[in-house]
Amino acid sequence: MKKQQPEIEVSNLTLGYGDFILMKDISFQVNKGDVFIIMGASGGGKSTLLKALTGLLQPFSGQICIGGTDFTAATPQQRNEIMQHCGILYQSGALFSSMTLAENIALPLQRYTNYSARLIKELVSLKLALVGLTGFEDFYPSEISGGMNKRAGLARALALDPKIVYFDEPSAGLDPISSKLLDDLILDINHSLGTTIVVVTHELDSIFTIGSNSIFLDADTKSIAGYGNPKELLKTTANPKLREFLTRGGEKNA
Amino acid sequence: MPLTFKITQQTLELDLGGNFSGYDNEAEKSDLFNALPQSKKLLVNAENLKDWDSTLVVILYNLAKQAGQQKIPYDYSSLPDNLRRLVSLALEVDRRPPSPPNRKSPWLETLGGWGISVYSGFIGGLKFLGRTTASIGRFLRGKAVMRPVDFWFAMEDCGYRAVAIVSLVSFMVGLILAFVGAIQLQTFGAQIYVASLVTIGMTRIMGAIMAGIIMAGRTGASYAAAIGTMQVNEEVDALKTMGIPVTDFLVLPRTLSLILTMPVLTVLADFMGIFGGTFVGTVMLDISLQEYIKYSVDTFSMKNFLVGTFHGFLYGLIISLCGCYYGVNSGRNADSVGKAATKAVVSAIVWMIVVTGILTFIFKAMNI
Repeated sequence: MKKQQPEIEVSNLTLGYGDFILMKDISFQVNKGDVFIIMGASGGGKSTLLKALTGLLQPFSGQICIGGTDFTAATPQQRNEIMQHCGILYQSGALFSSMTLAENIALPLQRYTNYSARLIKELVSLKLALVGLTGFEDFYPSEISGGMNKRAGLARALALDPKIVYFDEPSAGLDPISSKLLDDLILDINHSLGTTIVVVTHELDSIFTIGSNSIFLDADTKSIAGYGNPKELLKTTANPKLREFLTRGGEKNA
Repeated sequence: MPLTFKITQQTLELDLGGNFSGYDNEAEKSDLFNALPQSKKLLVNAENLKDWDSTLVVILYNLAKQAGQQKIPYDYSSLPDNLRRLVSLALEVDRRPPSPPNRKSPWLETLGGWGISVYSGFIGGLKFLGRTTASIGRFLRGKAVMRPVDFWFAMEDCGYRAVAIVSLVSFMVGLILAFVGAIQLQTFGAQIYVASLVTIGMTRIMGAIMAGIIMAGRTGASYAAAIGTMQVNEEVDALKTMGIPVTDFLVLPRTLSLILTMPVLTVLADFMGIFGGTFVGTVMLDISLQEYIKYSVDTFSMKNFLVGTFHGFLYGLIISLCGCYYGVNSGRNADSVGKAATKAVVSAIVWMIVVTGILTFIFKAMNI
């Protein structure tokens, strides 16, 4: 049985840029150990929501609680502490190009732990092994492929054994096999480490394979149009937009 | 918690009891790893394991790896499910890495590599120059693919937006020139010649050099960074595949605007420098303004002024070509864009000095 303890609680969140409001008064909850999918059409505010969850964008109003602490009202130190328990995999990996993979992954470990240089080296090798990149320590990001960059980015996100890992469009730019491998990896990490996972995606295969809970953002009503397990949503939803999304516009053609 | 183990009947038994979060004890770990080759079997007892994190996974992963290499069977069955799965996930190698690129090479190879890169840089530069000349030729025939708005935007950027900084710096240079000259001239009571010194110095070369150095740092670097970032974003590739010459679309507007604005900025720098000198002369050296202006006008020669302006024109060409060349040839990551900007500024300044040397020699020979 899954424990229903909330890890992230979002209440009455309003987001936007300048005087443009993208989302109004949205509330949802991500439970511990969930694989939580944020889905929606392109331009629907998925990435904006992720930016707010990771502290890159200050919301207009509302509250984001992470691990019981109010993230929106936190002091810079508190924020830093919360973010140490969060790993983020950016769309293209966002590895520092002037550093080798090992140096990239070692950076958060050197910054936030007192581990010996040797242990850090061993941890780096372990994280790389976990994402299937054994032996790639001394490569620069420009010397490996895009998919490998992404996995190395995941290794860096996992460096500090985070409680929450955010994924921004994990399958973007990957072939179906690499994308499936990454999905498997997400599930493996979720199962073996109990990590809460938040994924922003519109890849239907991924949504149904890995998602245990989800929200669907509707850009027109600026609100959440569906909330629940994506497989259940497919069966139960009455919202035509969500149905169309989940069936890849299938109903129109049927 | 300590890492305790014992060897009974050639079986290494590792007892993981308690808390293994943030475990970092090198001595205990190396004892354990030294004991492994003396045993025939590895058994892990994790019945009483409480908290753990990656630091424990590292130990189990390395133990399993080493045991595998030495063909020692290991038994991880008492580990919690998730921990066991994590170790086996790490042990699954889905591809053999190629050997990491060799970054250290023998000195002869390094020397050879350097020679080749200098040669190919030289050839690349010449080709770039050739393509840019062709672009200018197309522009003169009205066939270049250049958007006027790009040209006007570049004109604005290196034109009136540069006026303030060029004015300020050349005013200061005139000030310093006058001040340093005055210290020497005062010993002969000849401080009035400060006016001549500043006027000749600024118009002949200093105005052009100051404007050139400022524009190399300000505009040359920005050209390299902007075009380098376009290279990163594959915008340069998009231009190439559309059949639009990069030199037409990106280099031409920038080069044209800089060779048009640089002479004007040079003239501005000349007069701001003279103004700075006047300030020192009248305020600090007690020369009357009238007298100062008279000496300045007397020593002002059209020849020097035109030589300076011509230098400004050439500097504009050098700065824009260096900026664009290194931008177009930049690598595809953040690091290489930074390097491109650095190279653009350094090489622009070096070429400016080289060209000044050559021109000074030629003008001397021609008695100009």
